[in-house]
Amino acid sequence: MNFAVIVFPGSNCDVDMYKAVEDCLGQPVDYVWYTQTDLSKYDVILIPGGFSYGDYLRTGAMASLAPAMESVKKAAAEGKLVLGVCNGFQILTEAGLLPGALRRNQSLKFHCKYVDLKVESNSTPFTLDYQEGEMIKIPIAHGEGNYYCDPETLKKLQENNQIVFRYEGLNPNGSIDEIAGIINEQGNVLGMMPHPERAVHEWLGSEDGKRMFTSILKYWRERNGAA
Amino acid sequence: MQHKEPTPTEIQEQKVYREMGLTDEEYEKVLEIMGRKPNYTEIGIFSVMWSEHCSYKNSKPVLRKFPTKGPRVLQGPGEGAGIVDIGDNQAVVFKMESHNHPSAIEPYQGAATGVGGIIRDVFSMGARPIAMLNSLRFGELDNAKTKYLFENVVSGIAGYGNCIGIPTVGGEVMFDPSYEGNPLVNAMCVGLINHDEIQKGVAKGIGNPVIYVGASTGRDGIHGATFASEELSEESEAKRPAVQVGDPFMEKLLLEATLELIRSGYVVGIQDMGAAGLTSSSSEMASKAGNGIELDLDMVPQRETGMTPYEMMLSESQERMLVVVKQGTEEEVYKIFEKWGLHAVVIGRVTDDDQLRLLHKGEVVAEIPVDKLAEDAPVYHKPSAVPAYYEQFAGLDTTEIEETKDYADTLLKLLSSPTIASKEWVYNQYDYMVRTNTAVMPGSDAAVLAIRGTRKALAMTTDCNARYVYLDPYQGGAIAVAEAARNVVCSGALPLAITDNLNFGSPEKPEIFWQIEQAAEGISEACRQLEAPVIGGNVSLYNETNGVAIYPTPTIGMVGLIEDMDHITTQDFKAEGDHILLLGETKAEIGGSEYQKLVLGRIEGRPPQINLEKEKAIQATVLKAIREGLVKSAHDLAEGGLAVALAESCIDGNVGAEIQLDTELRADLTLFSESQSRILLSVAPDHVEKVKGLASEAGVTIAELGKVTGENLVIRLNNSEIINQPLSTLKAAWKDAIPCLMT
Amino acid sequence: MFKATVFVTLRESVLDPQGSAVRGSLHTLGFDEVGEVRIGKYMQLEIDLNDRAAAEERVKEMCEKLLANTVIEDYRYELQEV
Repeated sequence: MNFAVIVFPGSNCDVDMYKAVEDCLGQPVDYVWYTQTDLSKYDVILIPGGFSYGDYLRTGAMASLAPAMESVKKAAAEGKLVLGVCNGFQILTEAGLLPGALRRNQSLKFHCKYVDLKVESNSTPFTLDYQEGEMIKIPIAHGEGNYYCDPETLKKLQENNQIVFRYEGLNPNGSIDEIAGIINEQGNVLGMMPHPERAVHEWLGSEDGKRMFTSILKYWRERNGAA
Repeated sequence: MQHKEPTPTEIQEQKVYREMGLTDEEYEKVLEIMGRKPNYTEIGIFSVMWSEHCSYKNSKPVLRKFPTKGPRVLQGPGEGAGIVDIGDNQAVVFKMESHNHPSAIEPYQGAATGVGGIIRDVFSMGARPIAMLNSLRFGELDNAKTKYLFENVVSGIAGYGNCIGIPTVGGEVMFDPSYEGNPLVNAMCVGLINHDEIQKGVAKGIGNPVIYVGASTGRDGIHGATFASEELSEESEAKRPAVQVGDPFMEKLLLEATLELIRSGYVVGIQDMGAAGLTSSSSEMASKAGNGIELDLDMVPQRETGMTPYEMMLSESQERMLVVVKQGTEEEVYKIFEKWGLHAVVIGRVTDDDQLRLLHKGEVVAEIPVDKLAEDAPVYHKPSAVPAYYEQFAGLDTTEIEETKDYADTLLKLLSSPTIASKEWVYNQYDYMVRTNTAVMPGSDAAVLAIRGTRKALAMTTDCNARYVYLDPYQGGAIAVAEAARNVVCSGALPLAITDNLNFGSPEKPEIFWQIEQAAEGISEACRQLEAPVIGGNVSLYNETNGVAIYPTPTIGMVGLIEDMDHITTQDFKAEGDHILLLGETKAEIGGSEYQKLVLGRIEGRPPQINLEKEKAIQATVLKAIREGLVKSAHDLAEGGLAVALAESCIDGNVGAEIQLDTELRADLTLFSESQSRILLSVAPDHVEKVKGLASEAGVTIAELGKVTGENLVIRLNNSEIINQPLSTLKAAWKDAIPCLMT
Repeated sequence: MFKATVFVTLRESVLDPQGSAVRGSLHTLGFDEVGEVRIGKYMQLEIDLNDRAAAEERVKEMCEKLLANTVIEDYRYELQEV
């Protein structure tokens, strides 16, 4: 199973993603520069966090127009798995692969801390190894994670079971309906503000993020046999 | 529109050099070196190179005393940052630098560009930056101006560090009226490097191209280095240079491109364009190599039109580097930078005539013997005098204060004083986890970062209690080093080395110069005793507002090595039933303490005294116990003394403790004395005797205080209960203090 | 040559926490008359085209594609011949 970590100028959680795949799965993983347009080799595309293009203009706006994103759209249409975390989530919404937008945190401040998340759906390829309703501890680190969408979109997300993670307890950014992560209608593109790739060892503070990676591998193996 | 520059004769006759910060004697020296009258560009270049910020002309005699060598030291002071060997062909690179004056004027950008500057110092050595720390000082949080400074300095640090993607993992923030008009912003960067990748700032190889890379040059920050070397006054608001604006995105690209370039093997020498920009980087690189350098200023990328040579040479635009590469590799070098969307351009050559020569529009506009410019800055041996307050405090008995009988109330007040209170409000704004190496997050004695691919980890901290330094600079200087080492040891690490940031008032005042001398002596002695040499640092003088100096604040940044991840130790109590032990002796020492400040509203007398041999023994004992797997938690006793340390370990561990103190000492002194060389441990019941054994072998005083248990912190003194507080009350006092003040 | 001035603001229905914070501060300073505050972006672009209609079309495209996120933002622009 081949993983791609897309690197834009200013990405900075690319290393975290890469290490998480290495440590949790030991599967082949490459950094893929934003100018590359051929992603056919990869089964999963990871869009890491950070400050692509300095977050200038709007978070994720410029990266969503980078050459590699055309191929990401193509891969998503083919049903390949795409995971965007933090800035990656912002890029996916800007690219139109996920509905809604991410605005500044209500507090207007950047927040870095562990939060409690509720796994709302374990029927996605990214959450197979979690229990539905399970509480997990995953860190956030963002200044613009305040998810917004219009009421019709929200209704659709709720009805289609597309809300995958919600903040439990204090909502750290003011997101609508406590949303922390959503999946597209087809169920193969997930965007989330919290960083599962940062919670993969006890010594990092939690290893609750590990199962997101094992879920992805499990899903892929179910379809492609062991590899 | 452009001003007409004064002619060489006008410069001399109208003493224009004085406005640039040069004295008449210094101008005479320039005349001697040049053998003619310098023109405007040339005298400008001398003025910045001979500012305190670049030349250390006032502090050099003091800095020479620092022990800078050790078996692990690969690079001492003099380069961008110092380097210490950590085995397996790896080394740690670190340095701390101040950005006090810019932060006082524009706190967000001042702090942000301070972070940017120190990061460049580290990656220009070839190292991958892995962590940032800082040390901040503000006035009391009781007025809008201080809150504004605090809020924006923190946001500036966060804004830059988070964007570039280097975790800000630790630091300290203290509040005292002495910093009211002159906050301190000291930033430290730690990097990792392989021995064979170490770079130096040298312009070697006659004919080699000198390449400029990074942001374009604008008129920002002209005379920043000189500005940093003056007192802040009402006029400085008007006189200030254009504020430098940081671009962390540009720096991220510059960082990645530079590291890629260094791995390519094309680089001969590289240096950050920091203070005094193009001037200091070009002349220092040439001087260190014993060569000359010729720059064609028409080739310098410019952001503004009509810039003069003077402006280009003195600009402090951020995110720029100067690189000397092997002749013939230019095209390859361009390719690397282009990949990162950066523009690199050859602006000059290394020459053999020892001159800094500048060309502009086909004419030679400056020609200065480069070695004399970089190395022959005047050195002043300032007079020093013992300040009156120090003499006056000599006989003062600090224990002659009225004892507050409500110990619980005093403890809660101390926990909620901003200096002691939780700094979560601050560090939650920093991304302290990015790059996923952070094993101990901010909030413990020291931050710990794992080194991937090994079992090793690095512990790092910044420390200085400036009240102690004010009351006794020698003791205070030594304590700053000892406390940093204690924090590192409590995390399970062996102290390796320090970087220092000497923040003082005006050295023109003999009393201030005495503080500098004494503090440096104290630091030196502690570094020798604790075997942690000084590998680099920074001096920030003239930290005064309207003639009043800040408390002398020689901040110490220390890095220690943890041999095995299993040794990582934190301050929080871990399990009910664990025994609590105190190593070290508690004496009636409250001079300069938080308790004294709380009760009297001021500090006075002598600070706690330190015995460095005892300090060393206690640190060795704790490290040994940790390495033998005997220790559950370790916490250094600092501001607020034993009571505060116990409360912090309880709060972080989310568990109570029952303590029994048997002592002849007055209750308030027992609880709140800030005696040095004390460490609080919690250990499993069956390890107590072993730890006691280690202590007695080393001649270290050890006492069993009680147990980790319940949901209250209960303290009995000679069998009478003097404190009994629920964890939730302690936690609220400690955690809510700063957020409450900031809303 | 045209100079395009683009204004991007949050859509009416979208909460503007920055605006609320500024309004709060203005009230603290005694500017009680201040009602709602909305904060937006102001951009200046030099457009190297000679035909106004063409320039207008291009600027609109830029706004739709990059300069504004129409999920949460509105935009308007002015064109000035220079």
